[in-house]
Amino acid sequence: MDREVLLKIEGLRIEGRAGDGWTEIVKGIDLTLHKGEVLGLIGESGAGKSTVGLAAMGFARDGCRITGGSILFDGIDLRQAPEAERRALRGKRIAYVAQSAAASFNPAHKLIDQYCETPVVHGVMARDKAEQDAIDLYRRMQLPDPKGIGFRYPHQVSGGQLQRAMTAMAMACRPDLIIFDEPTTALDVTTQIEVLAAIRDIVRQFDTAAIYITHDLAVVAQAADRIKVLLRGDEVEEADTRTMLDAPREDYTKSLWAVRSFARAEQPPATSAPILSVQNVSAAYGKVPVLEDVSFDIHAGRTIAVVGESGSGKSTAARVITGLLPPSGGAVVFDGKPLPPALKGRTREQLRQVQMIYQMADTALNPKLRLRELIGRPAQMYLGLTGRALETRIRDLLDLIELDPDTYIDRLPGELSGGQKQRIGIARALAAEPKIIICDEVTSALDQIVQEGILKLLTRLQGEFGLAYMFITHDLATVRAIADDVVVMQKGRVVEQGPKAQMFAPPHEPYTELLLSSVPEMDPDWLTRLLESRASVSA
Amino acid sequence: MGFAASVILGLAALFAIAWALRAAARATFSGQTRSLAHDIPLTASFGLLVIAIYTFVAIAAPALAPFPEREIVGGQFQAWSAEHWLGTDRIGRDMLSRLIYGARNTVGIAFATTALAFVVGAILGLWAALVGGWLDQALSRFVDALMAIPALIFSLLLLTIFGTSVLTLILVIAAVDATRVFRLARAVAQGIVVMDYIEAAKLRGEGSWFLIRREILPNAMAPLVAEFGLRFCFVFLAISSLSFLGLGIQPPTADWGSMVKDNATLITFGDVTPLLPAGCIALLTVAVNFVVDWQLHRASGLKEQ
Repeated sequence: MDREVLLKIEGLRIEGRAGDGWTEIVKGIDLTLHKGEVLGLIGESGAGKSTVGLAAMGFARDGCRITGGSILFDGIDLRQAPEAERRALRGKRIAYVAQSAAASFNPAHKLIDQYCETPVVHGVMARDKAEQDAIDLYRRMQLPDPKGIGFRYPHQVSGGQLQRAMTAMAMACRPDLIIFDEPTTALDVTTQIEVLAAIRDIVRQFDTAAIYITHDLAVVAQAADRIKVLLRGDEVEEADTRTMLDAPREDYTKSLWAVRSFARAEQPPATSAPILSVQNVSAAYGKVPVLEDVSFDIHAGRTIAVVGESGSGKSTAARVITGLLPPSGGAVVFDGKPLPPALKGRTREQLRQVQMIYQMADTALNPKLRLRELIGRPAQMYLGLTGRALETRIRDLLDLIELDPDTYIDRLPGELSGGQKQRIGIARALAAEPKIIICDEVTSALDQIVQEGILKLLTRLQGEFGLAYMFITHDLATVRAIADDVVVMQKGRVVEQGPKAQMFAPPHEPYTELLLSSVPEMDPDWLTRLLESRASVSA
Repeated sequence: MGFAASVILGLAALFAIAWALRAAARATFSGQTRSLAHDIPLTASFGLLVIAIYTFVAIAAPALAPFPEREIVGGQFQAWSAEHWLGTDRIGRDMLSRLIYGARNTVGIAFATTALAFVVGAILGLWAALVGGWLDQALSRFVDALMAIPALIFSLLLLTIFGTSVLTLILVIAAVDATRVFRLARAVAQGIVVMDYIEAAKLRGEGSWFLIRREILPNAMAPLVAEFGLRFCFVFLAISSLSFLGLGIQPPTADWGSMVKDNATLITFGDVTPLLPAGCIALLTVAVNFVVDWQLHRASGLKEQ
């Protein structure tokens, strides 16, 4: 591509404050972006991708400082330029789309008001023109009801729509460069496709250059012209998307590719009686029904994956099993005996048998308690361990989840990485010595390499203790990797269920088909083909 | 101007000592205490030092005071002298001794009152947020009703009904202040009880007391501690104003609020002595607020790193 260079970063070095001193988190990155080009930045957490993305705007987060290198944006040196000049560029010529649109929108203002702020403040257009423009962009982003959606508040639209509205907002001043920071990571597969397609189209329509930050290779392959792989603040390699996918040079890049290949050995179909069975359960929040006539069985030593998009009722099913939401009909039977419907009616022994691991380890671990107490409490409470026996048990549990007891036993959750926190969640569940562990989207907040570690750990523990897992997820790659049985849910009902092999082989129910086809593949043409085939089916 | 100069010198000396102590703490301690000592601003270490001195004076009052608290040891309104460093008061009691005993009475009562208000208000507030439903409604509406009555008038009413012993004084002001603490604790806890870790603890089968004590309280601690400092100052003022109205700490017990009132006439003669108890209140209030600011800073996560 012989187009004009838009952004040129050379030898970028950024330091982050760590304790008393500074450590280098970006170690001399070069980056060149031409007009209208999309560059994918890939790496696991802590690789420095977001930091580089922000630096492209001449910005460093609190606690970070740019210490070396140059950032040239269209001839302007962003490191030397005064703050006022940089601020004039932001939003107008360089825009930013954050990972969580839900957290980035101001909940107190309507979408269109937030849209109009940037162009009006920068003096690009007047308010009424900006509103017209917003509606036009909402239409191009294929948002439903483009005329009306802007007049809603952020909590009144879905996550996928919000992410598209955010992209539209970034487009408001027709910037030369947009930085997308993990824009689809928090979305489920079917929504991810819509957002991804919308982002790709709009960037092409306006010939905008973009930096697309993600840890999901298959996603970036659909949108990027070139891909740059980062590892701990260093560049690993950079190449055209096709070259990178077909022939990665470095071992690290190959390992990124290989993550999705993890799969557990197949197990023979279940023969024993189920350890827990959900029988014709219906449930409602107030008057809103969320589960209708749901039945499935959980067997000892096996993993059942419950799949469906947000709002399909899969987490509600878990709440019914744990007793947080008493069902309005049906029953949960554990080991042949029905469990009391409400949490309060259950004995301590019944509570011990079913443990839960949460999606967000950040909110699932009390930030003020040390690991000793976090893990020790269930052991103390259910098994009556005290003193030395308790200490030994805590250390054994830390060993089980591959964290060194001497280093970690007195740490607070805030002193751990995301993957380590999730391991503590697992240890806390194990401490109760349960028969069943419910894993609610346990890997979806983690990047792929960490995900793989967690999945391997869970699989190993299952083999050691004969645990039954109920794995709630929207990620079919995870299902393929570790499930024995699959339940597909949609709108509070079970659409299809059966052993994994049967579920992944045609023929499928239409909804299962939709979910399966939505999993991104490592092929730059996958999205184009998929959209074409869907269009031809509906035509 | 000798007096103003010595006040400024005294404050500067306190700051210097606070700075030295902080430096010493940074050098001696390790681990968590060290990072705390590293984190603490000079104002907060000054505040802690002043609070420590007040506590020491209050505890060791009988040993420190040159004369007994209630005994008439000289003539009325004697000037500062070698025998009576700060002179004598309206009926000839030693000012310095009364000032020292006043620390014990005023600060002691204020502390006991604030502590009681916090124990009651915080526990009820956290409990209401945790349980929710009708219990929350009942407690909150009751507290709203109490708060609707102006605090001073309500205290006066209760003190008139129950008499003016130190115990009733503590109970009455604590009851009035507990309502404010309740509102704060409830508001803070409402943000905490929706977290997954509370759900996890409930699923484990933990009782309310454990949830309040181990799961909610540690996370609500910072704003509560900050509020404690502010409340402490308010209680101080409440006791002083009640004393001024004659329903607070009763004579002959030494109390800074009534000492200002009793000796106020001296001000007209250009004597600063009656301002000293007021100065003691002011210094403690400032010191407490320095510490409170630091706590607020920590709670809001504004600290660097």
